[in-house]
Amino acid sequence: MKEQKEQLVVSAIKDGTVIDHIPARLLFNVIDILGLAKIENQITFGTNLESKKLNKKAIIKVSEVFFRKDDLDRIALVAPQVKINIIKDYEVVEKKVVDVPDRIEGIAKCVNPMCITNNQNVQTKFEVISKEPVSLKCQYCEKITDSNNIVILSHK
Amino acid sequence: MVGKSLISINDYSKENYMRILELAAEFEKNPKQNLLQGYVIATLFFEPSTRTRLSFESAINRLGGRVIGFAEAGITSATKGESLRDTIKTVSNYCDLIVMRHPLEGSARFASEVSGVPVINAGDGANQHPTQTLLDLYSINKTQGKLDDLNIFLVGDLKYGRTVHSLLMAMSKFKTTFNFISPDELKLPDEYKFYLDNLGLKYYEHKDFTEIISRADIIYMTRVQKERFSDPIEYEKVKNAYVLKNRMLENTKETMKILHPLPRVNEISEDVDENMKAYYFTQTLNGVYTRMAIITSILGLK
Repeated sequence: MKEQKEQLVVSAIKDGTVIDHIPARLLFNVIDILGLAKIENQITFGTNLESKKLNKKAIIKVSEVFFRKDDLDRIALVAPQVKINIIKDYEVVEKKVVDVPDRIEGIAKCVNPMCITNNQNVQTKFEVISKEPVSLKCQYCEKITDSNNIVILSHK
Repeated sequence: MVGKSLISINDYSKENYMRILELAAEFEKNPKQNLLQGYVIATLFFEPSTRTRLSFESAINRLGGRVIGFAEAGITSATKGESLRDTIKTVSNYCDLIVMRHPLEGSARFASEVSGVPVINAGDGANQHPTQTLLDLYSINKTQGKLDDLNIFLVGDLKYGRTVHSLLMAMSKFKTTFNFISPDELKLPDEYKFYLDNLGLKYYEHKDFTEIISRADIIYMTRVQKERFSDPIEYEKVKNAYVLKNRMLENTKETMKILHPLPRVNEISEDVDENMKAYYFTQTLNGVYTRMAIITSILGLK
């Protein structure tokens, strides 16, 4: 019954990208990271759907958009467990997982309140010094932002 | 090093350090050279630091260069809301090199990205102050005749002390034994200990150093600030343990030297000043030679 409901709420797309297994509380972070607020394509999403693995999950379906791998990888910063399905003519033609990239520009906020990036209009830049759990070293103030205090910046 | 900014002590390799030390020694022998004639260097001090600014300006003036700049942000367009980006883009058109101190951490790295000329970081908040570290290395090398196989005592505030962290990173490129002496509240952060563990370098932590002081080759003193303590009673209990007095130096090595990044408040008694082992004022003079070396190497004049 619930499965059916899910299928009703988030209907299938003909061509495009499905981002599945998003922890429900991170749905809007993922929307921000991918800049979905800015695109004109048809987007459907569902949230607080039941999931055995995640308890409550969200799913996003974006019609006729095929993201670049490094754009998708940025999701891994907050939700490394997401699954990407590429859809062509209603069929899943490719499944992808996301990997934390080696460098991050923008997306995350530096944890240091005295960092230049938190005080002037300067984009954050980090070297990823650990991927599991995620740990970021600010290119500017050299301070470490770890997975417990990553704050995602909204897409401008 | 030519044309490259110096923002963090980690920007330089061990070979780079040795090159700067060699050049600084040359300048010490012959400090009056007209190498900077025709050069204009900007000293932008968004936060006052009299000692560091005068040290740079003395180095530049002695080599025949001209200085433009300011000693505090209050008299600049930063108070009108101008961004650091715009200030640096503008000033880099006026000069051959920028020396900058700014209260925000990472400001110097950012300045080096937008500047058309190299930038020397003269302190970005609590982050980096690489010319201080290089002058510390010069002082250690000059007094000990080597940088390997030394026993370095770092005393006082090891948690927040920027100079201590940078010196540790720099000395870890040599065969150094470290002794860390601090109250519990101001212990060296674990990340530095992991770093030394990975390099296989020896270090020891103590709360008091009277027992072990005879082993020191260098005692690097820093100030234990009352503001750092959550409990003022705790401060009162420990404050005297980190004050160096002349009678404590009786059993120390003949060649041992005491360094301090200055300004000193009360962590070294004035009765130490006359002791041959007190080196902190000569250390400031070494700062001028070291900055001469850094400036001329970045400008490709040496």
